[in-house]
Amino acid sequence: MLSYLIRRIILVLPVAFGVSIICFLLVQIAPGDPLTAIMPVDATAEEQAAMRAAYGLDKPLPVQYGIWIANLAQGDMGKSIATGRPVAAEVFGAVKNSLLLAVSAAVIAFPIGVFLGFLAGYFRDTWVDRAVTAASITGVSLPNYWLGIVLVIIFSVNLGWLPSMGAGPGGSQDWKWNWVHMRHLVLPAVTLSVVPIGIVARTVRALAGDILTQDFVQALYAKGMTRLDVLYHVARNAAATALSVMGLQLGYLLGGSILIETVFNWPGSGFLLSNAIFQRDLPLLQGTILVLALLFVAMNLIVDVVQAAIDPRIQRT
Amino acid sequence: MSKFGKGVAMLATAAVLACGTLASAQGTLRVGMTAADIPLTTGQTDQGGEGMRFMGYTVYDSLIEWDLTSADKASTLIPGLATEWSVADDQVTWTFKLRDGVTFHDGAPFTAEDVVWNIDKLLDDGSEQYDPRQSAQGKSRIPAVASYKVIDPLTVEITTKEPDATLPYQMTWVLMSSRANWEALDKDWEKVALTPSGTGPWKLETFVPRERAELVPNPDYWDETRIPKLDKMVLIPLPEPNARAAALLSGQVDWIEAPAPDTIPAMEGNGFVISSNAYPHNWTWHLSRLEGSPWNDIRVRKAANLAIDREGMMPLLGGLMVPAKGFLPASSNWFGNPEFEVKYDLDAAKALMEEAGFGPDNRLTVKALMSPSGSGQMLPLPMNEYIQQSLAEIWIDVEFSVVEWNQMINLWRAGAADAAVDGAQSINFTYFIQDPFTGLIRHLDCGLIAPNGTNWGHYCDDEMQELFAKIKTTFDPEEQTKVLQATHEKYVNDALFLFVTHDVAPRAMKPSVKGFVQAQNWYQNFSGITIEE
Repeated sequence: MLSYLIRRIILVLPVAFGVSIICFLLVQIAPGDPLTAIMPVDATAEEQAAMRAAYGLDKPLPVQYGIWIANLAQGDMGKSIATGRPVAAEVFGAVKNSLLLAVSAAVIAFPIGVFLGFLAGYFRDTWVDRAVTAASITGVSLPNYWLGIVLVIIFSVNLGWLPSMGAGPGGSQDWKWNWVHMRHLVLPAVTLSVVPIGIVARTVRALAGDILTQDFVQALYAKGMTRLDVLYHVARNAAATALSVMGLQLGYLLGGSILIETVFNWPGSGFLLSNAIFQRDLPLLQGTILVLALLFVAMNLIVDVVQAAIDPRIQRT
Repeated sequence: MSKFGKGVAMLATAAVLACGTLASAQGTLRVGMTAADIPLTTGQTDQGGEGMRFMGYTVYDSLIEWDLTSADKASTLIPGLATEWSVADDQVTWTFKLRDGVTFHDGAPFTAEDVVWNIDKLLDDGSEQYDPRQSAQGKSRIPAVASYKVIDPLTVEITTKEPDATLPYQMTWVLMSSRANWEALDKDWEKVALTPSGTGPWKLETFVPRERAELVPNPDYWDETRIPKLDKMVLIPLPEPNARAAALLSGQVDWIEAPAPDTIPAMEGNGFVISSNAYPHNWTWHLSRLEGSPWNDIRVRKAANLAIDREGMMPLLGGLMVPAKGFLPASSNWFGNPEFEVKYDLDAAKALMEEAGFGPDNRLTVKALMSPSGSGQMLPLPMNEYIQQSLAEIWIDVEFSVVEWNQMINLWRAGAADAAVDGAQSINFTYFIQDPFTGLIRHLDCGLIAPNGTNWGHYCDDEMQELFAKIKTTFDPEEQTKVLQATHEKYVNDALFLFVTHDVAPRAMKPSVKGFVQAQNWYQNFSGITIEE
């Protein structure tokens, strides 16, 4: 197990390096100018050139990359061009908020998805299966941006039960685990959970349905096991694949909530990324993408390790 | 005193205290801004006009400011931290007399040393307090300034590079931060950003980047009429229009900037108040005057201006626009009396096009740059499509080149001759037109042809150049107004732009928000606002 873990960690390094190059180059390719965010639109060409030099944007791209990666290796992600604040503080503060949102959505989505998936798999080709399948497809197909707006209209504007935006009184830095703050999390987390509910339910349904038709299940029944004991074995067999899907979903939730965070004004990494894109804030953009990509890689690594722990056959591959 | 008497006395005291509390406590105003972040808090703000509105003239003052007291007349310059200013006979040496007894929020007195220190902060990259971020915002606003010095504790002298009567307008941009506060915070602007100190009517109490800023009144403000009545004003960045509308409708904020036009009926139906007023903003097509541009023909320019039914465009914007009669709003002091009337007259437009050699069988094709969104661009997609349909009626076929807003700004800076513009003959760009430079000079000055400046269309005309020179050398305000009017008259008479509309800076607020007077200006005075229980 240890050698497997070391092997996987070593493989992460070239992936991280590749991610750093790709995210650096991608943000450079996009048209636009980071100076737009920090200078009046009618600043003269001379003033723009001076500012470009001050931020090192006049240097050739390989040099800019070299400086960036050298600073990164020393733990310095640079400063945001638009705000002047350290990128690391901006990104990690936002990622912490996104993590809160993503984990909340996962806590809602995964149990519901697993339960519905098992239900559909167990009652395959019955009305229960068809109802769960219809609900899953609807969940996966609904644009969550639209769903978020609808939930806001119903629960914030019309009923006035839940707030529509922000991370609570005092902002995210004053976050507390009490209802005054947690109520701000409800609508974005529910909105964000709808797609993974559908995906997890469909995956688990397929797995459960497939496993239930295998010979060993008949053998378990023949041995006199109860239905509940058999289901435990089915769940254990499905767990490795289901966990892999859930791990990926958690990764998507972390990095893929730009629209939800925008609709709910949630101060997370998606909201940060969206502002950085519009402002062409290159250091912030590079830093955010890199951190999110590495989080995704880390999530995959954790899933692989957990999978290997559940199913020792995986370690041998 | 008997028990009864004591009880009565206590009740009476409680009642007095309660009334006192009610009288002084005027509530908290929570504002949903369109900005994605809290504007720069150290002095010179970023985020354009909204930055100056909420974090500039709230926490800080400049030597000269805008009169924001009236909704009925265009804003003019008024004394700020300077009580008077004058220019010497050499026309380049200006003397500013400073207001006595003004203190920063940290208690330090405001003196002439502070003025020089603050200008150095923007212009002198060798000075200790030079701040690239504030310089990036402020340096280009004071192009006339050559040198400056302290004459005495309450007098500053500023010398301009050449005679420039627009210096007072330029000085409205320079906001005064406290040197003592900067020194107390280890001369670190990042620390100052968290606890800034100006001389303005509001103090920044709490600052959470990207999430909120809380301002409280400065009870010692030098202008008693501008001491805020509210207990607190909370600024919340809410860049997404639907999120802004939902926050207001669900009661999370009391006021939002720029409600989307399609949400206004719902807001009004729910009792919310929509405030709007004309202000120095315009929405135009800036035309290319390069050789070969069809817009070089004045008949085509006038025809296009006559082909647009601006009143018909109003429903697109929920009525929140002022149909253009020129480059400046008709309410501007500098509008003048142009001979060419900007109006909808399709027959006259067609006649002009025929005179220019165009017709149903000889249509003109033009290429136009536009962005699908952007700061101050209103609703560019439907508005430009409306113009496209209008111009088609006079045989002008418009091909759009649509680019994202950030890139659009770059193309605007690059000018019509730049290869990146790809032959576009106009750019749909909205303008801040509050002072003589931003309002008139920068768009058409021969010396500011892009990329040296923002004369996007490469227009250059001797007569216009003379008018611009006269604006800068006319120091008497009344005479200068006449020159500005003549300049604007030429803008309109020569149909130098496709004049379409002016924004009205709509903002939606709860009916309990009282006392707001929306000035005809990009900045506003929040001091008179109260929240009615």
